This record gives sequence, C-alpha cells and structure tokens, in this order.
Amino acid sequence: MTGKAERMTGARAFVECLYRENVEIIFGYPGGVLLPIYDELYDAHLHHLLVRHEQAAVHAAEGYARATGKVGVCLATSGPGATNLVTGIANAYMDSIPMVAFTGQVPSSMLGNDAFQEADITGITMPITKHNYLVQDVKDLPRIIKEAFHIASTGRPGPVLVDIPKDITTDELDFVYPDTVELRGYKPTFKGNAQQVKRAASVLKGAKRPVIYAGGGVIGSEASKELLAFAEKLKAPVTTTLTGIGGFPNDNELYLGMPGMHGTKYANYAIQESDVLIAVGVRFDDRVTGKTTSFAPNAKVIHIDIDPAEISKIIKVDVPIVGDAKQILGSLVDQVSECDTKEWLDKIATWKRDFPLFYVNRDDVIKPQYILEQISEVCPDAIIVTEVGQHQMWAAQYFNYKEPRTFISSGGLGTMGYGFPAAIGAKLGRPDKIVVDVSGDGSFQMNSQEMATIVQNNIPIIIAIFNNGYLGMVRQWQALFFEHRYSHTTIENSVDFVKLAEAYGAMGIRVTKPSEVKAAIEKAVEANGPVLIDFVIEREENVSPMVPAGAAINEILDLEDTQ
Amino acid sequence: MRHTLAVLVENKYGVLARVAGLFSRRGFNIDSLAVGTTEDPTLSRMTIIVNGDDHVLEQVMKQLNKLIDVIRVIDLGSEEFVERELALIKVNADANNRAEIIQIVDIFRARIIDVASKSLTIEVTGDVEKIKAIQTLLKPFGIKELARTGIVALNRGSKSP
Ligand SMILES: Cc1ncc(C[n+]2csc(CCOP(=O)(O)OP(=O)(O)O)c2C)c(N)n1
Ligand SMILES: [Mg+2]
Repeated sequence: MTGKAERMTGARAFVECLYRENVEIIFGYPGGVLLPIYDELYDAHLHHLLVRHEQAAVHAAEGYARATGKVGVCLATSGPGATNLVTGIANAYMDSIPMVAFTGQVPSSMLGNDAFQEADITGITMPITKHNYLVQDVKDLPRIIKEAFHIASTGRPGPVLVDIPKDITTDELDFVYPDTVELRGYKPTFKGNAQQVKRAASVLKGAKRPVIYAGGGVIGSEASKELLAFAEKLKAPVTTTLTGIGGFPNDNELYLGMPGMHGTKYANYAIQESDVLIAVGVRFDDRVTGKTTSFAPNAKVIHIDIDPAEISKIIKVDVPIVGDAKQILGSLVDQVSECDTKEWLDKIATWKRDFPLFYVNRDDVIKPQYILEQISEVCPDAIIVTEVGQHQMWAAQYFNYKEPRTFISSGGLGTMGYGFPAAIGAKLGRPDKIVVDVSGDGSFQMNSQEMATIVQNNIPIIIAIFNNGYLGMVRQWQALFFEHRYSHTTIENSVDFVKLAEAYGAMGIRVTKPSEVKAAIEKAVEANGPVLIDFVIEREENVSPMVPAGAAINEILDLEDTQ
Repeated sequence: MRHTLAVLVENKYGVLARVAGLFSRRGFNIDSLAVGTTEDPTLSRMTIIVNGDDHVLEQVMKQLNKLIDVIRVIDLGSEEFVERELALIKVNADANNRAEIIQIVDIFRARIIDVASKSLTIEVTGDVEKIKAIQTLLKPFGIKELARTGIVALNRGSKSP
C-alpha cells in the first residue's frame, strides 16, 4: 500500500485508478448512470475521446492497444451503451487484445428489476471476455480495476469488463490503490519449460524442410526481433498469419507471406511439404489450416503458445511449449544451429518464381492491388488498418510491412465497421505515424458517423475506400459457388462519399483513373487532416489465390481467369 | 468415457454461470453437476461428471483452468476416489404393499423419511449403480417423484489435493 488513504467518491476513485494504471486516453460516450464519472472526467488529466457510437469507442480502444501494445480503455453507459460494446469486446477476445471496458450500471438496489436502461452486461459478455466484474461495494473498486488491467495485459491478453452501478460512483471510500494482485486462480505460465525447449531444439536438429508459422502472439509478446534471429539462425522460412503480419519483415528473403485461404501459394506449399512446423503464437484457425486432416501432413509440430488450451486443440502437437513467445524464442535460439535448408530454400525460391502473387494491371480501370502498391510507395511506414472484405485481403497481400503493429485488422471475428474507429485509436496512440484505413464501401458505412469525431478533433486519418459497389467478398463467393446470383450484395450508388466527407467538414477526393491514384495519396498525406479518398475500382475483381472452404491448403487456385 | 472432475472455485456470485456457460458454449456434455461450500468458506467445490474421449477431457480441464475464478481442476479418474449421490424417491404405497417396500428399503440400507396414507418418501445414498437399482425395484409400485443431488466425490486416503 502506498501513502495515506484519502476519502473520496467512487467516481473520483475511478479516475485515480486510471492515473495509477498510466492510462493516457479513454474512448467513451456518456449517459445517465455515468454522470458522476463524467463530472470527474470534466477536469481530469486524461484524454477522453468522445465518439459518436459506442461501437466506435471499443474498436478505437482496440486500435490503440494494437498500435501501442498498451491496454485500450473504453467507457459506455448502462443498457444500450453497454450492449453497443458487445461486438468490439468479442473482436478483442477473438484476437487476444488487451482491453478494459467500463460500463455504467443502474443502481445496485434496482438491479434485476428491469430498471430503465438495465442490461445484464456481465451475463452477456461472459463468453467474450477473459473475465468480468460487477462492482458490488465501492471499497472493492480499486482492487477490481487493478485486477482488470492485470488480467487484460498478462498471460494471453484479452478484454475485461467492469460494470459499475451508479451508487458505487457516489458512495465514498478511503482510497488506496493496491500494489499487487492476489488471484489464486490466475497464474499464467511465462517461462517455457526448459525440458520442452530442449526437445524442440533436438527435433529441429535434423530438420531439412522447416517452416515457421507465426501469428498474433508474436506481436502481442513483442517477439519479432527474436523471431527474426531464430529464423535467420535456422535458415528457415517464415509465414505470418493475418494477425501476425508485421511480425517478420516482408522484404526478408525468408518471408513467405500469409498462409491459408488467401495466402500465397508458396506459403501453403511450404507448410504442406514441411518436415518440422514451428507454430508460434497461433491457434490453427480454419482460415489457415483448410482441411485439418491434411494440414502439414508430414510435419512434426512444435507449438509455442501462452495458452495451454490452444495446444492440440485443432492439430495434434508433438512438442508443446507453453509460455511467452519472446522468452521461449529467445532461449531456443541459443540451442539451435543452422539447418541444412539449402535445397529447401531453393525449392521455395522456385515456387516463388513460378507461383507469385499477381494481378493484371490496367490503365483504364483502377485495380485495388495497384492502390496498395502505391500507398506502400508513398507512405511505406504507415500503419494500415482495415475493414473486412476483399480490400482487407488485398491490404494483407500487397503492402510491404516491415514492423510489428503496422497492420491492424479484425482477424478472428471479421468485423465490418472495425477499421475506421480502430484507425482513430491507432492514430491517437501513434500520432507520429501516417494512419490509413483501407476500407470497403460496405464496411465504411457501418461506422461512417465517426467522420464527425475525426473532424471535431482534427485527427489526421486517410480513409481509402475501395469502392466496388458491392459487398465484394460475399459477391466473390456468390460468383464462385452460387452461379453469379448476386443476392443482396449490390450496394452501388449508396452515397456520394466525397460529399459525405465534405458534409462533415473533411476533405474528399474521388479517383477514377489509375493515373490519379498516386497523386491522390500524396495529396492526402500532404493535407495531414481527415481525408477520405473514394477510389472507384474494378467492380468484379476477385481476391486470388484462394483455397475453397474445406479443401487442403495446397489445393489453391488462381481466380484471375474466372473474370 | 465417463470422467469425474473435482473443481475448486471461488465462492462468489456468477461462478456457476461461468462454468455452466463454458460447458454449453464449447459443446461439452455435463452428466451431473453438484456444487457446495467446502471446509474453507471462500471455496466451493463442484463435482462434474462429463462424457467424452481423452481429447474432450483435456480441453474441458484446460478451458476450466482458464476461468479466473477456477482455482484447481482435478481429474479424479486418475486416482482412487469415492463418489456418492443422494436421491429422494416418493413412491406409491398403501397398506397392502407397504411391507414389501420397507423390505426393499432395508436391503438397500435406505431410509423412510416421510409416510403418508398413499405414499412413502425414501432417502437413499450410494453410487450411481445403487440408485439405479433401487429405482428399478420401486418402479412397479409407481414412482410419483424423484429428486437427485448429483454426484459428489473425494479422492481416497488422507491426502487432500
Ligand atoms: C458486421 C459484419 N456483417 C457481415 C459480414 C459478412 N461480410 C464479410 S465481407 C462482406 C462484404 C464487405 O463489403 P465491403 O466492405 O464493401 O468490402 P469488399 O469485400 O467489397 O472489399 C460481408 C457482408 C461481416 N464480416 N461483418
Ligand atoms: Mg465493396
């Protein structure tokens, strides 16, 4: 315990707790039961960003967390405010992002009576939070907040929700912030078992065709340096999943790109022919593995993960190592030596040459892949945030990522409407970076109201809408598997996006010719303010290559010719 | 395969919902679940009977362990243990067959805890087989109501895991 206890209200204590956790920004939206807390926020030394919809608050908190590695914090009122957080909490849970979500709640005495704006948010979020709390006594508030930040940020990170009834915010307590956390049911393993590390090293000794399959855990544990050292020492190629992008420099010759459904052919071929697969901070998602029974059929699998429940959940693992990826890769690198992979790397080089990612560029219509190449050229160090759909996959394929935390995308949940608010959080967390929301015309309309937020607060974000007039990814599946019956996926002429931007007071640019693409991006960067670019793109471009759902990942097809 | 798990949890509101929710959401089947406090008032013990192969058992245990309020999960099948369940059975009875029922009750070392003009209520404790057996024998008289506590279990010997 530190210092003398000071008497204060729960609302005041709430703010004090945030100071103690070094929170610099919270994303929120007020309401009746939050009045005492918002009154404290009025002159608190904390940045509070007022969004226009609570869903944006929770995604922004996640974007902030992903861009900085710190815990994202959001705040919403009881009832509808709280339920508006649900999608974003589920998103953070699926992608293991550290977050604390605070919700106001009706007074304790009214709980359970269907009071005005009452929703059982702890009940609702039980399956999508790492843990949650309903504060029952103001004296518990500091301990609970301390625990919430601890749980969110340690072990396998995730969202924690703290529900605070209104009376708790006006009740008084003698405020003391605990120094330590005592949770007898929560002791995550950090250090990898030395015996297992040794076993992994011995499996790697004879490896001829090793592949490293790295995911979001590498980003979460800040293990990218160790990953690079490990891969270079072994001379083993590396593939990174959607959430692992940026964990390995894309221009390194050992890099294979992304695996799975819209991965590169050579990443998928390499996994399938590997003799040892070193999986780091991944969970063998179905979008990566395709048909699990034929995934990496000849490989001994080493799985490094912080969460013991991920071991052998989907794929049987030969050498599990539970713990922190950075720590484990750090100790493993000292115990391995170079593998004899010359032949293997030659084979991969041949695949890369024979089966590259490709698209057919045109000068009469804008190809989406071309836009990404141009963004990569104009602002190579930008943080790319995406929505969900075809544009997301192109953003994963055609931008040259060099550092962790420069690609932010909704992986596990696949939430349309995620990217724009997440970009706001990313920009506030990394004001030094150019932040681009690679967006679809469908996704953008799910949270476009946040234009007001970025204009009011002058937050420089470039929104690049890949406007194909379709819910493109769904249209692609309809084209391939439902005889081009485009049932309810046409959204052309939804709105004039340029005028929409201007109505909010932002800059709007429309680009219809390939020759104008680069200049538009340069202009947006120059403007250093809220800018929306409406890129009118080839309407029926498909994401290629593609593994059909349920197929083995080496059964990967080019889709260019289906056009 | 039937597995008996002892799960020590924080004695707090909402813990049962967390555990039950985990089972339903992950598609694990609970055969029986009993909860009560323990020698330590801050702890509750759940005895959970699950059906599934080794892979399911492993996942159940790991997922339970991930719950912050779960302190320990023990697979009692990996050691010697005792298990008991208590059942209350209300059975039709009249002057003609009462003696016969009492005989069955005696054989099972069960007890009659309520007598009415047309029924008897019987308390029986034992393992699943025993409760099944007495149920079978009482069935011909007409079982009006039956309540079971669910199985509770402890490992044998003096060690407390
Ligand atoms: C909230 C939500 N609803 C529905 C979906 C299903 N879905 C996946 S991609 C997609 C289309 C996205 O359209 P758009 O944002 O225009 O991107 P495009 O695929 O055209 O690039 C839809 C409807 C989803 N992922 N998220
Ligand atoms: Mg679209």
